[in-house]
Amino acid sequence: MANSWYRYASPASFHPVALRLAPVFALAAAILAIAGLYVGFVVAPTDATQGEAYRIIYVHVPTAWMAMFVYLVMAFWSALALGFNTRLSAMMAQALAPTGAIMAALALWTGAFWGRPTWGTYWAWDARMTSTLILLFLYFGVMALRGAIDDPRRADRACAILTLVGAVNVPIIYFSVRWWNTLHQGASVSLTAAPTMAKTMLAGMLLMTFAAWAWCIAAALWRVCAIVVERERGASWLAPDPALKGVT
Amino acid sequence: MNEFLAMGGYGWYVWMAYGACALAILAEALALRSRRRRALETALASGDAVSSGDRR
Amino acid sequence: MSGARPQDADGERDGALAGLAWALARDLRIALRTRSELAVIVAFYAVVVTLFPLATTPDRNTLLTLGPGVLWVSALLASLLSLPRLFAADFADGTLEQMALSPWPLPAIVSGKIAAHWLTTGLPVVLLAPLAALPYGLDGDAIGVLGASLALGTPILSLLGAIGAALTLGVRGAGGLLALLVLPLYVPVLIFGAGAVDAFRAGLGVDANLSLLGAGLIAAAVGAPFAAAAAVRIALD
Repeated sequence: MANSWYRYASPASFHPVALRLAPVFALAAAILAIAGLYVGFVVAPTDATQGEAYRIIYVHVPTAWMAMFVYLVMAFWSALALGFNTRLSAMMAQALAPTGAIMAALALWTGAFWGRPTWGTYWAWDARMTSTLILLFLYFGVMALRGAIDDPRRADRACAILTLVGAVNVPIIYFSVRWWNTLHQGASVSLTAAPTMAKTMLAGMLLMTFAAWAWCIAAALWRVCAIVVERERGASWLAPDPALKGVT
Repeated sequence: MNEFLAMGGYGWYVWMAYGACALAILAEALALRSRRRRALETALASGDAVSSGDRR
Repeated sequence: MSGARPQDADGERDGALAGLAWALARDLRIALRTRSELAVIVAFYAVVVTLFPLATTPDRNTLLTLGPGVLWVSALLASLLSLPRLFAADFADGTLEQMALSPWPLPAIVSGKIAAHWLTTGLPVVLLAPLAALPYGLDGDAIGVLGASLALGTPILSLLGAIGAALTLGVRGAGGLLALLVLPLYVPVLIFGAGAVDAFRAGLGVDANLSLLGAGLIAAAVGAPFAAAAAVRIALD
C-alpha cells in the first residue's frame, strides 16, 4: 500500500496517470457545465428583484469559490513539498497557480459585470471583491517568483514558503478589509442583500461549481504533465511511455 | 432567440461575464496544449543531452 | 562568533538570545557606518509625504482626510525601499553563509537583523511622523494615535518584509519582485494602522485597532523569523 503511494509520488510514474485522468475531468467539467447552464438559463426562473442579470451568479460564485479553494490546495501541496521534500507536490503547487489566478481574475470580471446592473457600479470596495483582488496579487507574486528563479528546486521551496505565508495572510486580509469596510459604511453600497434563491437556482449554481472544480483539476493535471516533461527532460522514462503515442 | 440574447435588457452584462469565462478557459486549454507540445518537442529532440535551458 | 553548539534546552535559549544580540549589535554597528544610506530612506519618506498635497489639493479638509493614509502608504514605501539592506550585502559577500553555519540558531540571528533593521529604518519614520503630519493638519492627539499605530505597525512591516527580502536574494529583478511579494502582505497593517487615526477622528475608540496591531506584531515576531530563516537557507543552497 505504502509502496504504491511512493510509486505515484514520483513525477515519472505520475505522468501517465495524470495524462489519462485529465481528459476524464475535462469531460466531466463539460457535461456538468452543460447541465448547469441548462438548469440555470432554462429551468431556473427570473429573479424577482434583479431580473435576468442575476444569472451571472452561475459563473461568478463558482469562480470566486475556486479562486479561494485553489489557493488552499496550493498551500496544501506546498506544505507537503516543504515537509517531505517531494518534487511532485511542488509541481502540483506550480501547476495550480495559473489556474487559480485565472479563476480569481474571472471572479473579479464577472463580479464587475454583475455589480454594474445591480449596484450601479463596476467596482465597489466590498470586502469580498477587495480580498479577491489581493488574492490575485498573491497568485501573481507566486508566479513571478517562480519565473525569476532559474533553479527549479530552489523555486519550488521559495514558492512553497511564499504560498504558506500568503495562506496565513488570506484570512487576515479578508478580516481587515471587512473591518475597514464597516468603518467607512457610508461610502459603499450594502452588498449583503443576496437574492433569495429558488431551489433550481441553487442546483444550477452547484452544478456550475462542480464544473469549475472539475475544470481546475483537469487544467492542473495537464499543466503538471507539461511541467514533468519540461523538468525531467531528456530522462529515459519518456521513451517507453505508451501514453505518448500519437500525442506529438 | 433574440429575447433570450437580450436577457431582459441585461444582455451586455450577462454575455460579457459568460464570454470572458468561455474565452479564458479556451485560452487556458490552448496554452496548455501548446506548452505540452513544446515541452515534448524539446524533450524528444534533446534526448539525453542537457538542453540550453530556454524554459523550465 | 564562538561557542560550542548548545546541548540542552537552556543552552538553546541562551544561544538564541546571544545570537540575536550579536546580530543586532553587528547590524547596528554597520548601519552607523553607512548613515548616509539611512538618511536617504528618511528623506524619501519626507519627499513622498510632500508629493501628495502637490498632486491633489492644499485644501485643509481634504488633506485631513488623506493624511493618515498618505503617511501610512509612505511608511510602507520607505520600508519597501529599505528591505534590500536587510540581507543583500551579507548575501553578496558570503557573511550570510557564515551566519547560517554558526552555532547560533539562524532564526535568532535573523530576528536580530530584523530588529536592527527596524531600529535604523522604521524608528526614524515613526519619529518623523509628527513632523510629517503637521502639513496635513492633524492635531496633537491624532498625531499621538498616528505615532502609536506606526510604532506598532512598522515592526510588522520589517518582519514580513524580511521574508520577501530573503526569498528574492540573488534573484532576477529582485527589486520589483520584492514589491509584488511584500505589498499585498502589508495590506492588513495598512488598514489597521491608518484606520486607527480614522477611527480616532471619527470619535470611535482606537483600542481595537491598536490591539489588533499589537496582536499582529506578536504573531509576526513569533512566526516571521522562522519563515525568513527558511528562505535564507533556500537562497544559500
